[in-house]
Amino acid sequence: MPKRQLRVGTQWLYVDEAEKLLREAMRIQAEEQKKLEEGGHVQPWYRRWLFSIDHKVIGIQYAITALLFLLTGFTMMILMRWQLAHPGTPIPLVGNLLGSANAPGGIMLPEFYNMLGAMHGTVMVFLAIVPLAVGAFGNYVVPLQIGAPDMAFPKLNMMSYWLYLPGGLFMMLSFFLPGGAANNGWTSYPPLSVIGTGQTWWLIGMIFLITSSLLGSVNFIVTIVQLRAKGLTYMRLPFFVWAQLVTAFLLLLAFPPLEAAAFMQLLDRVAGTSFFLPTGLVVSGAPLEVAGGGNPLLWQHLFWFLAHPEVYVLILPGMGIIAEVIANNTRKPLWGYRSMVGAAVFLGFMSFVVWAHHMFLTGMGTAISAFFQTTTMIISIPSVIILTALILSLWGGAIRFTTPMLFALAFLPMFGIGGLTGLPLGLAAADIHLHDTYYVIGHFHYVVAPGTIFAMFAGIYYWFPKVTGRKMSDRLGKIHFWLSLIFINGVFFPMFIQGLAGVSRRLYDGGAQYAHAQPVLHLNKFMSYSAFLLMAAQLPFIWNFFKSIKWGEKVGSNPWQATTLEWGATTSPPLGHGNFATVPVVYRGPYEYSFPGHEFDYYPQHVPEPEAPPPAAPGGGGIQQAAVAQREN
Amino acid sequence: MKEFLAKYMPPDYSAHGAELDAINAYVHWLMLILFVVWGALFAFMLWRFRASRNPRANYHGTRSHLSTYGEVGVAVVEVILLVGFSIPAWYRWTTRPAPDTNPLEVRVVGEQFAWNIHYPGPDKVFGKSNIKLVSSSNPLGLDPNDPDGKDDIFSLNQLHLEVNRPVIVRISSKDVIHSFALQQMRVKQDAIPGMEVPIHFTPKVVQKEGEKLEITCAQLCGLGHYRMKGMYYVHTKQDFEAWLRQNTPAGGAPAPAAGS
Repeated sequence: MPKRQLRVGTQWLYVDEAEKLLREAMRIQAEEQKKLEEGGHVQPWYRRWLFSIDHKVIGIQYAITALLFLLTGFTMMILMRWQLAHPGTPIPLVGNLLGSANAPGGIMLPEFYNMLGAMHGTVMVFLAIVPLAVGAFGNYVVPLQIGAPDMAFPKLNMMSYWLYLPGGLFMMLSFFLPGGAANNGWTSYPPLSVIGTGQTWWLIGMIFLITSSLLGSVNFIVTIVQLRAKGLTYMRLPFFVWAQLVTAFLLLLAFPPLEAAAFMQLLDRVAGTSFFLPTGLVVSGAPLEVAGGGNPLLWQHLFWFLAHPEVYVLILPGMGIIAEVIANNTRKPLWGYRSMVGAAVFLGFMSFVVWAHHMFLTGMGTAISAFFQTTTMIISIPSVIILTALILSLWGGAIRFTTPMLFALAFLPMFGIGGLTGLPLGLAAADIHLHDTYYVIGHFHYVVAPGTIFAMFAGIYYWFPKVTGRKMSDRLGKIHFWLSLIFINGVFFPMFIQGLAGVSRRLYDGGAQYAHAQPVLHLNKFMSYSAFLLMAAQLPFIWNFFKSIKWGEKVGSNPWQATTLEWGATTSPPLGHGNFATVPVVYRGPYEYSFPGHEFDYYPQHVPEPEAPPPAAPGGGGIQQAAVAQREN
Repeated sequence: MKEFLAKYMPPDYSAHGAELDAINAYVHWLMLILFVVWGALFAFMLWRFRASRNPRANYHGTRSHLSTYGEVGVAVVEVILLVGFSIPAWYRWTTRPAPDTNPLEVRVVGEQFAWNIHYPGPDKVFGKSNIKLVSSSNPLGLDPNDPDGKDDIFSLNQLHLEVNRPVIVRISSKDVIHSFALQQMRVKQDAIPGMEVPIHFTPKVVQKEGEKLEITCAQLCGLGHYRMKGMYYVHTKQDFEAWLRQNTPAGGAPAPAAGS
């Protein structure tokens, strides 16, 4: 076949050669285009998706990892709930896959139950919720909301993720080691945790996770303090950013004592020290050959000194998300923004002086218990203020019941139940009967599950269009919401009843041994089946999540008509490295919805005020008056 | 509210329990009122301010200061609960009964997964123990040469109490942390190795025929935590003394002459 020739410029080329050159030219052009988008440098794929220093990619990495851990932690609980509903019967479908060391014949052993219990708590707190709330939402949203091109220390940010992931994997892999995973509760009280099996890898994992959180917290503080856009004063920060700032301080100040304590417990296990082991221990009928002289309560103090601020680490970012979603969907400013900020900061301070209310029954005298009861009652007040402000923000709104708003609204009464049921536990006298019962489990799960996790769902539905440029399906979202709301209450509300009856937590058979548990034992089945249905209710979410990445409805940069910088000031998804085509300047507060005299019902932070009208025109006066009115508020 | 909660709670057979249950009921009143008031307001606003009914939001929202009064009100009620009820109740709970009430003293030592009960016997002095002597027949390592220990009574998982007589339970553990809980006595105390913590209460009701009163372990202590169960019994004075006589070791010295 004769080859035809083409003239390209001054040269004659065969067509196949010409085609090759054209492809090369197009490749170079695409590369240059990408370079432009990436802010001047092209990264190989593994630098872009694996070892990225872009806060948005790291945020997505955190989100996907944390959501997988969330599902893992939930699955562990499903296995446990089977055992609680039907003690000593083989787990259907998956029982035989668990290994004969854990579940011979598909029947869960008590050791394995305790492993799942300890790992459920650890995974949910340290590997799922905190990484999702701080690592994912904080990382992705905070720089965008403050108009920053990235976090202050991008490489440190990458390192945070790459310490978190191995820490999590070490924890999970410990299931496959001889002796299995940690099985001493997520609180890991010595001496049990020192003499028991499985704890070493838990401690090593924790050291990784704590280091990761510490690096992250420094990064957040510096970013928020240093990289705010021009005009973005502290009182113009979205409440979400405030929540992240307080959270970062809590992580920075509370985690080091636990890291030290984790090292000490590790030494007790592997180096023969006795930080937490007293003299005279007799285990299984024989004296334990250790130096002794330590104190098991020291661990509890160090642990709860972290773990109580950790409670607020779990809840504050959630409250931040709720504030964003509520302001956006009521189309009005948050009510009492300043008092909310003040309450969040005060909450942060107080959270360092309440830890021993977890230890009322270790043998406390009146003076110490009075101190910690008092601080506990004091810390309830800022929570009341924040919740009241969020509820009253609805007054006068034009409420849009979007999927994120439904989750945000449900958060309010659910977190309310969680917070209120903390009161009898915080009063030492009422705590005597309720301590270490299912009442406690119900209390903190209401705070974290239909509380924080609902806030996380609100955040996912709300910012999904920002990350992908597409919206998640509203119909599937509403199915997910209503089913989750019903079943999650079915799981957790009966726990209060079991707790009043005095059923202890962490019982392998759910209390079947005890006479006092018999009247409420039937609730175990109800709770377990609610949990199974709750898991089924997550299927629409999972499907919606993946389907919408590819086929979701395409949206513009600001589909919710929001005011904060991450929406109007950049595209969806935002530009590669650098976030903003032009550096935004901020002119007003974060939630200027339905601003009197403004043309639209939202007035974005970065939009300059219109040219000053001629002095005679009355329009400008309206705006000024409104501004004055706002200051009065 | 107290009656409502009592429907779900184990019966209270102790002297101090009524006070604790009352505090619990007051707190639950506070919780219920707050939840209902907030919930009603919340539901009303969702209906009143939905976008289809109220398309244009009000920039200023509510100007009422009721919420501030509400917050102050919550704080005041919390202070009353704290200062008026919880702290005094805790003080009374932790105050040791006076010696002239002739309290019954007993040691309880937790171990994986049982409760060792140790009565001092008629001489009211606990025998000394030494961990080097611990064996399967001597779980607490009692020194056989200690005269004070000769009349001591031991049992496993069986705690006998006398009605209307204050009890001082000295709680400790041999190995890991347990938690000693008697539901019907409204008593709970962590059993911590290396520490001996006394708690006190007075049983008020003699156990009914066939009624099971249990010692619960409330703190995760290992794979047998769920079955670390003991029983306790509340006897009349005569029954308790009979039990004491029956179980005092035959070789045990009778009470060293009173007053010596």
